[in-house]
Amino acid sequence: MDLRTKYLGLELKSPLVPSAAAPLSRDLDRVRALEDAGASAIVMFSLFEEQITNEEAELDYYLTRSTHSYGEAITYFPDLEEYNLGPFEYLEHLANVKDAVDVPVIGSLNGVSMGGWTEYAVSMEQAGADALEVNLYFIPADPRITSAEVEANYIEVLQDIRSRVKIPIAMKLNPYFSSLFDMANRMEAAGANGLVLFNRFYQPDIDLENLEVKPSLTLSSPYESRLPLRWTAILHGRIGMNIAITTGIHDGESAIKALMVGADVTMMCSELLRKGTARLGEVEQEMRQWMEEHEYDSVEMMKGSMSQRSCSEPAAFERANYMKTIQSYDRYPTV
Amino acid sequence: MSRPMITIDGNEAAAYSAYRLNEVIAIYPITPSSPMGELSDAWSSTDQPNLWGTVPQVVEMQSEGGASGAVHGALQAGALTTTFTSSQGLLLMIPNMFKIAGELTSAVIHVAARSVAAHALSIFGDHSDVMAARSTGFGMLASNNNQEIMDFALISQAATLEARIPFMHFFDGFRSSHEVTKVCPLTDDEMRSILDEDLIRAHRERALTPDRPVIRGTAQNPDVFFQAREAINPFYAACPDIVQNKMDEFAKNVGREYKLFQYHGAPDAERVILIMGSGAETVEDTVNHLNQNGEKVGVLKIRLYRPFSVKHFVEALPPTVKTLGVLDRTKEPGGTGEPVYQDIVTALTEASNDGLIERNRVPRVVGGRYGLSSKEFTPAMVKAVFDNLAAEKPKNHFTVGINDDVTHTSLEYDESFSIEPDDVVRAMFYGLGSDGTVGANKNSVKIIGEDTDNYAQGYFVYDSKKAGAVTISHLRFGPNPVRSPYLISSANFIACHQFNFIDKFDLLKEAVPGATFLLNSAFGPDEVWDHLPRSLQQEMIDNKIQFYVIDGYHVAREAGMGNRINTVMQVCFFALAKVLPKDEAIAAIKAAIEKTYGKKGESVVMKNFEAVDSALANLFEVKVPDQVSSAREKPPVVPNSAPDFVKLMTGPILAGQGDRLPVSAMPVDGTFPTGTTQWEKRMIAQEIPVWDPQWCIQCAKCAMVCPHAAIRIKAYDPSALEGAPEEFLSWDWKGKEFPGMKMTIQTAPEDCTGCGLCVEICPAKNKKETRLKAINMTPLPEVLEEEKTNYDFFLEIPEMDRREVKPETIKGSQIFQPLFEYSGACAGCGETPYIKLMTQLFGDRSIVANATGCSSIYGGNLPTTPYSQDKNGRGPAWSNSLFEDNAEFGLGFRLSIDQQKVQANHLLERLRSEVGDTLADEILKADQSDEVGIHDQRERVAALKEKLSHLDRPEAKHLLTIADYLVKKSVWIVGGDGWAYDIGYGGLDHVLASGRNVNILVLDTEVYSNTGGQSSKSTPRAAVAKFAAGGKATGKKDLGMMAMAYGNVYVAQIAMGASDTQTVKSFIEAEHHDGPSLIIAYSHCIAHGIDMSRGMTSQKNAVMCGHWPLYRYDPSRAEQGDNPLVLDSRDPKISMAEYAYGETRYKMLVKSHPKEAEKLMEQAQADATSRWQRYKNLAAITTNGHGENEN
Repeated sequence: MDLRTKYLGLELKSPLVPSAAAPLSRDLDRVRALEDAGASAIVMFSLFEEQITNEEAELDYYLTRSTHSYGEAITYFPDLEEYNLGPFEYLEHLANVKDAVDVPVIGSLNGVSMGGWTEYAVSMEQAGADALEVNLYFIPADPRITSAEVEANYIEVLQDIRSRVKIPIAMKLNPYFSSLFDMANRMEAAGANGLVLFNRFYQPDIDLENLEVKPSLTLSSPYESRLPLRWTAILHGRIGMNIAITTGIHDGESAIKALMVGADVTMMCSELLRKGTARLGEVEQEMRQWMEEHEYDSVEMMKGSMSQRSCSEPAAFERANYMKTIQSYDRYPTV
Repeated sequence: MSRPMITIDGNEAAAYSAYRLNEVIAIYPITPSSPMGELSDAWSSTDQPNLWGTVPQVVEMQSEGGASGAVHGALQAGALTTTFTSSQGLLLMIPNMFKIAGELTSAVIHVAARSVAAHALSIFGDHSDVMAARSTGFGMLASNNNQEIMDFALISQAATLEARIPFMHFFDGFRSSHEVTKVCPLTDDEMRSILDEDLIRAHRERALTPDRPVIRGTAQNPDVFFQAREAINPFYAACPDIVQNKMDEFAKNVGREYKLFQYHGAPDAERVILIMGSGAETVEDTVNHLNQNGEKVGVLKIRLYRPFSVKHFVEALPPTVKTLGVLDRTKEPGGTGEPVYQDIVTALTEASNDGLIERNRVPRVVGGRYGLSSKEFTPAMVKAVFDNLAAEKPKNHFTVGINDDVTHTSLEYDESFSIEPDDVVRAMFYGLGSDGTVGANKNSVKIIGEDTDNYAQGYFVYDSKKAGAVTISHLRFGPNPVRSPYLISSANFIACHQFNFIDKFDLLKEAVPGATFLLNSAFGPDEVWDHLPRSLQQEMIDNKIQFYVIDGYHVAREAGMGNRINTVMQVCFFALAKVLPKDEAIAAIKAAIEKTYGKKGESVVMKNFEAVDSALANLFEVKVPDQVSSAREKPPVVPNSAPDFVKLMTGPILAGQGDRLPVSAMPVDGTFPTGTTQWEKRMIAQEIPVWDPQWCIQCAKCAMVCPHAAIRIKAYDPSALEGAPEEFLSWDWKGKEFPGMKMTIQTAPEDCTGCGLCVEICPAKNKKETRLKAINMTPLPEVLEEEKTNYDFFLEIPEMDRREVKPETIKGSQIFQPLFEYSGACAGCGETPYIKLMTQLFGDRSIVANATGCSSIYGGNLPTTPYSQDKNGRGPAWSNSLFEDNAEFGLGFRLSIDQQKVQANHLLERLRSEVGDTLADEILKADQSDEVGIHDQRERVAALKEKLSHLDRPEAKHLLTIADYLVKKSVWIVGGDGWAYDIGYGGLDHVLASGRNVNILVLDTEVYSNTGGQSSKSTPRAAVAKFAAGGKATGKKDLGMMAMAYGNVYVAQIAMGASDTQTVKSFIEAEHHDGPSLIIAYSHCIAHGIDMSRGMTSQKNAVMCGHWPLYRYDPSRAEQGDNPLVLDSRDPKISMAEYAYGETRYKMLVKSHPKEAEKLMEQAQADATSRWQRYKNLAAITTNGHGENEN
């Protein structure tokens, strides 16, 4: 059985990849375990723009605060020779991961704005990343920012990174664009090689006891794969970029669904966090079993077979499920 | 320039040579010498080699006594060894210095000379410390400027190896140690050129070694000790020539020429001043000026003071001298004169007797004192000395620089006399510590000193307050070497970086006509004029000031720099002072930024660059009108309602006029009234907390955590509200304690520092708008006037009768009036809430012994002090003895109080018949265990005193003076971990063992906070501190466990942020314990690198991870058959790393040495786990009711 797939120009032995959201890549032993479990690539955890700038600003602030104010304590900390700030640790780790595994390693860069941080894409390329996943997680809470400006920002950042690196770039998107298709086309034109659908934002929760807003992380449920399934189905075959589905892949069947609507790879996080890295191997086994039972020889055979272009009910992907439900009622009249 | 120059301060110049010339360096922090040790430690931790290619071992000791012992030992074992110190530190070294010198051991110690504490402590410079050590047998070599400091550190090292006499190389604390100037660094080859390797080998061959065993340090008897002592004489006789030879070799190889006694001035001078230290530079400059104006004067600089060479002195003295003025920077009360004066008188007498100088050519010697505690010593004063020498009958034993209107020793001088050359740019900068002014100015000095041919000098005057600290920078730049070790008095550029200073300082007092004045102002060029006080407007008109404004805060914030306006203001200075062409200046500033901030990340550099680029576009010239138009004058420094002492003494000091106060204004014995901070309204907060009573649950935590007693709570009868201001807030008391009463939580708007601790701790949310709480930070200008009125009214509300209050609750403790208020501690200080609590609970009957450190500075540094009094005039009596002896000092209090109580009891018994049995018995048997008991005893004692006042017996008169000791007194011994764990530990241990009733409060910041964050034995493993730059590799000492071992000591470990109720309980139990009590209080600190508003959260985390278990060990429980140890915190819920990595002191190691950090954090976790388990196990032991363990 041939599970091979191509993603961002990389030959992958299977479509099963742990996602960037998974903190699994922080530890070399777990990275090796993922590879052993069958991961066909490693997407690194994200390097955050804010992390870099905040860290620098914080260190500067606390090392400088109250210095040169008081005659007995001109400073409060020893002046250390150097600090490994910014992406140093990340890049070192990326290089170590690259050394530790044979599968491709994809760097992940998160940011919200244009700025010097895009330079770190180059550093990741130099550190050995085979491809880049770029995640712009901008929440346009400022009423003065127009939709057009938000979209333009995405394209500008992408162009900026594209101009700096040669390795393939996948854009990890949120699902809230007015016209995702248009954005996909514009990103392709700006040099993206793939889309990762979708970024799940941390949604704030309310702590009723303390009357505080708390950022909370909940692991995904299989149901949540429906949204990327829809959009992958719509985009497949109509854009030149690869697509990765990264939400709600929990078992062999959900992975197969993703491939059938047109994904080139499926990315897992929550399931691995819940059940451990070995679960990846089980999912692969489930896939193989299903494919065997249903007589699929390869991933390529099923890839896009249920996309909007290829399926029997293309309208289903464009209309809300509500319509289909009504039709169901019509199909089984009770009167 | 033929050689690269560097701009460094005197401490770095000394350390530069000392580090390269030694193998072992034993250190201990003390101002102003600490940076020498810090630099050595930093270089050692980065493996920088000495001259012989090895990295010197730098070891921090527990005291200067310890450091000198280690130095002595290392020298005896053959290593080239040094140390650095000042003041009391040097005094602690004296016993070893006698030994080191007596054993003829080659060594140099470097001293930033500082005042020795007498009537008061002073961190500033004079020669009282080195003079106190002059009998040790050490050679004494004085440096006058930073170049000499670097050079003499080498010359003394070369000389000691040959002479075998150890040297004390000294220079003036602060004036030299902290002044930044241009120095030509010595190369390694230059250093080697005057060091004799054979002599180093000889030094090693004298070492103690079992391979060539000898014995040294014997005890000798009357038969030989004397002769042996005299056996060293040839070495002292030879020493001056050895030093001069080394100076000559140095001159040959390096090019700078020095003499043991170096004369400068007219060869035929009739009046000469003899002086050593930085003041010699001032005299030299003044001599040049006076001689250019037709006078014939000179200066004789003493470089080698010990061994004193009469021969070299006489040879250096011009034969024409008729009057010799000898200036001493020290005072020896009761002597026939100060040390140098006495030496010179002796030397001239001997020289005359020995024929070295003709008897009729012996000049008249006139001695004087100058510059104590860094008192300014200016050309005007030098001229006054020369004028005195010209008098027919010169004033001897004079003082200069002060107005002695008591014994009339002082010389008058013309303050307007100035010799500042026109080609020197003289710039002054008024800033806040927090705005980065000094750092930027140091960079400016570096830029001009190192990137141009100009010479540069920077000297910085710091505040003694830690919150809202004011800095004044004095910068000079010019084409010739700057020899002006005194503050600028005629400035051609003045910058004021804080707008509100226009009402606090006489900013243009030093401005020359036509000077440039740059003001950081939110008001633009068209409106700023109208916001200036009249006096400032008048000065600007009169002096034709060139006036510029920039909204530095706006530019800085736009660039993402927050309140750091330093870069913006620096660019403006360069643009206006025109020291460099604009483009060159901007390029140089950017290069300096890159160098300073580069290692902190690109984004930090970019923010600074942005600030540079946008500064000049926001700099505007203001056209100064012809007429004064302002309607307002500068407000008075202290209000008219202040007591006379405050108006006459404190007021002038606050106004920067302390130098003008005459001797007669001074208390003769260092005794001052308490409670003076209330008169210094500093208004340093940008925002203050404002109470919103409808949401308040009246928990009083806000008042509890306030470091400055600037938020207070009162409960009162509703009738007290009569006449309340309209805006004054009041609410019904919610608890059961005071039914029907009202309560108010009120902020002191002018005293609050805006730290935010109170708002962070407030547990009550505004239910309509959850971003708000029951107290909320509000911009000060919006509420200042209203809250001032409210606070004035609040203070007038009567305090609650102490008998009505339950002290063991948070609310109860906070109802008590704080008798420690508005101190100069850092905003958000973690120590002061504990001290304040102590004064609330026991302040009206407490006496405090305070170890030197942060708590003695914010507790007792002039101009104003925070310990205060209640309406009865009672409050803490406070004193600071030393750093090392505080426990013993406090024990002395106890002994004295107890003895006087015994005496009072005895006298009362003897007067029983007159006093009456009932009153006598009631007094003698009084239960004073609570506020009711204390109150009643006070009433009885008052009645007793009333009766005694009518008795004519001597016993009655005697008892009258000591009757107050019949009321229980509470002795508190307060200090930091540097004292308790290190320098004062021996004494603390002894006091604990004494069994006497003292209460010891250790404010544990886990680092030497006051001297700038050096490691102590309290510093936890994995934390970075100075002297532990690679992260502390050893665990924290468990002081509590050591104290518990005595069994009869009450021990509590507390952290207010983790449990305020346990904190209060511990204080009350400790005070109640009739024996020694030790409270170890976790005190978050600015040196931890945390958000200070969240300091209480840090405390909580320290407890939650097990690093800081809360416990109380009460011996009285053992007496009742229970386990004396009660654990007050729960099993760790978070890891050590989760706590630690919220603090820069730990996190910076991760950033600098990630692998080492990981390893140390693992060990620190193990420390926390095992400590927690140990306490848990001990607390779990149950007893069988007879004090015997059951499990």
